[in-house]
Amino acid sequence: MDEFLRFENITRTFPGVRALDDVSFGVRKGTVHGLVGENGAGKSTLLKILSGAYTPSEGRLVIDGRAKVFSRTRDAINAGIAIIYQELNLVPEMTVAENMLLGRWPQRGFFLDKRRLRRQALAQIDTLLENIDPDTKLKYLSIGQQQTVEIAKALLHNATIIAFDEPTSSLSSRETEQLFLVIRKLRSEGRIILYVSHRLEEIFALCDAVTVFRDGKRIETFETMHEVTADVLIRNMVGREMKDMYGYRPRKKGDTFLEVKDLKGPGIKQDASFSAARGEIVGFFGLTGSGRTELMKNIFGAVGKEHGEVLVGGAAAKITDPFSAIDQGLCFCPEDRKREGIMAVRSVAENINISSRRHSVRAGIFLDKRREGWTADNFIQVLRIKTPSRNQPIGNLSGGNQQKVILARWLSEKIEVVMLDEPTRGVDVGSRYEIYQIIYQLAEEGKTIIFVSSDLPEVMGVSDRIIVMCAGSITGEVDRDDFSQETLLSMALPRE
Amino acid sequence: MPFKQFLQNIWTNSGMVIIYIIMFAACSLFVPCFFTLRNVIGLALSVTTIGMIACTMMFVLAEGDLDLSVGSIVAFAGIIAAVTLNKTGNVYLGVFAGIASGGVCGLLNGTLIAVLNLNPLICTLATMQIIRGAAMIVSNGIAVGIAVPEFFALGNDSILSVPNPVWITILIFVVFGVLLNNTSYGKNVLAIGGNKEACRLAGINVAVMKNIAFILQGFVCGIAGVTLSSRMTSGQPNVALGLELDVISACVLGGVSLLGGIGTISGLLAGVLIMGTVQNVLNLLNIETFYQYVARGAVLIIAILIDRVKQRNQAAVAS
Repeated sequence: MDEFLRFENITRTFPGVRALDDVSFGVRKGTVHGLVGENGAGKSTLLKILSGAYTPSEGRLVIDGRAKVFSRTRDAINAGIAIIYQELNLVPEMTVAENMLLGRWPQRGFFLDKRRLRRQALAQIDTLLENIDPDTKLKYLSIGQQQTVEIAKALLHNATIIAFDEPTSSLSSRETEQLFLVIRKLRSEGRIILYVSHRLEEIFALCDAVTVFRDGKRIETFETMHEVTADVLIRNMVGREMKDMYGYRPRKKGDTFLEVKDLKGPGIKQDASFSAARGEIVGFFGLTGSGRTELMKNIFGAVGKEHGEVLVGGAAAKITDPFSAIDQGLCFCPEDRKREGIMAVRSVAENINISSRRHSVRAGIFLDKRREGWTADNFIQVLRIKTPSRNQPIGNLSGGNQQKVILARWLSEKIEVVMLDEPTRGVDVGSRYEIYQIIYQLAEEGKTIIFVSSDLPEVMGVSDRIIVMCAGSITGEVDRDDFSQETLLSMALPRE
Repeated sequence: MPFKQFLQNIWTNSGMVIIYIIMFAACSLFVPCFFTLRNVIGLALSVTTIGMIACTMMFVLAEGDLDLSVGSIVAFAGIIAAVTLNKTGNVYLGVFAGIASGGVCGLLNGTLIAVLNLNPLICTLATMQIIRGAAMIVSNGIAVGIAVPEFFALGNDSILSVPNPVWITILIFVVFGVLLNNTSYGKNVLAIGGNKEACRLAGINVAVMKNIAFILQGFVCGIAGVTLSSRMTSGQPNVALGLELDVISACVLGGVSLLGGIGTISGLLAGVLIMGTVQNVLNLLNIETFYQYVARGAVLIIAILIDRVKQRNQAAVAS
């Protein structure tokens, strides 16, 4: 077996934490090697060691038979390593060609050789089966195209080892297909691909081998995918048997509670109407750009609506801004946690109490600190939020735990309708399961749940009823007994 | 281990306070005449203007904004107070007019930035000039001597041998300390600096909160301006030039994040005192003004470096 890249006994410690613990495995040339594990299992730390951002405390990297030590990221780049992160490393205001050759400009004497710059960029884009104009500014490209630019940039640096960190988390399914084509092409050229993803179906579609991490340790490496099933991977990832990922619990539906009538606003092309009952989980499925998020934000009063009305408990609700929505018992967990959900530098306790403290302040503004501390500690315990203390800045928590804090923010409010927009995006398998359980419990308490997701198996696993959206319109509605991937997808895909 | 953790907590939560205590002790030991009642009171008096305004500047910075117009507001409020005093002869009316004029300037800033969404840097750069111009216009460009001697007590008398401006500064620190730590307003301001959009979606009226911070800033600048004109027995259109940078420096020294979301009242107090003490010590050591500029700049850079090392340690512990 010609192992081109080998991790040997890699250990990385931070004060008080062993992020990687004696990890060894090899990767063959011309293969896609999946790395799976819950958040905090050590995958990202491993990529950072590969990229030269961290140096290992113990152990070493062996590339092509030679031990390598990277003390800077530049060393890794020169050794032919490229990491494509979730958040792309590109300059939005520069052109595609400039981004690709950033830092290694083709020059003629003192001056920039613009012709050569363009030619080199164009040649590389062509090999990636894309049709992108090298002179457009990067900010005008879709996320998928931007990713292609990042890959092209890596190839211009003669990268032989390319690692992808959750590359599909913000791609549409068509863009994902396109990315897979590119990755398979890179593999056929004999390169090594490391592929980190939470989406197991991608691992099965793409990878030739897979390594499972848990708590900083390598648990298992499967050299072929023949005998591997999703259950096997999940069992290795969480360290326990997990029969049903969603653990759906049927329950009794109450009276209709939330009604939306002929709502129209930015991003919603056709008047939207639907209703949801107490104790019901209504799934909203649609591809990126289908208008799901816009509809939710509109109901929540976060964007101005053109016309239409929202009825809560049979009475017309006057919602003009998020505050009035919250006041009438609505809440909204946004999809983009980092930009719209968390206050990263502030503590877990403050992130929980930000909205609900209005019920406990004295004389309108004075905090009831004891009560706020109690509320925070209570939810940390009940929702099993993993944090050293309630005073920890929320930005230091994992994605799943951040999501639980946002849930706690609303559970501490007086809410009746819970709108969740992609609540499990970037959340590891174990925390996902816990979040589903919280959702079922809320529904059992008689709350109305709106569950928005672009993950079809998930939305089918959790919802009592699914409303499908496409291109700004509601295109269909299916009850749980009639769920099928084909029906739902056909409603979600744009026609002409 | 718990003891080490305890020390670590103190260091991360109030590092600047510790640095100031060490600095104060060192100065007392090594700088002649530093640790005398007269010098310490003089030192306290010298930081009153910066200290008062730093309190509200912290709120403005913590919510992710910036205010360059504070120096101009101080001058404007002083002039308005002087003119009103001379016209009416009534001390209360003069003080009220000065402080209120500061509040009006703050409302102008707040409306432009929070309601009309202008960039705070450019907007207050503009109002800085507009308000300074207004001060010049009202005073005709020259100092306005105040003809009401009762007014001078405000800035020059002492209670328990501590000058009034120091008492006013202490009072403002207490008020804004309580506002920051014990009220929903303070927490909202920090949260807005942490993430504006998340706050909006959590039901907070971001525009109102921001506007309030600028109005408070205006009022406090008004108080500082009135106090200063009382100390100088006149309203001066050219007073407090460049004050905004001193105030922002003090905030940064005190650990207030220019990116918003982070600020503590104890750190701020330490920041203000470090600024004043450096100046005071340089004076006591008879160092020329030209070198003092260099030294003050160097202190600021050292402070930022310490802060960065601190934050890097914290990040390493967390990840």
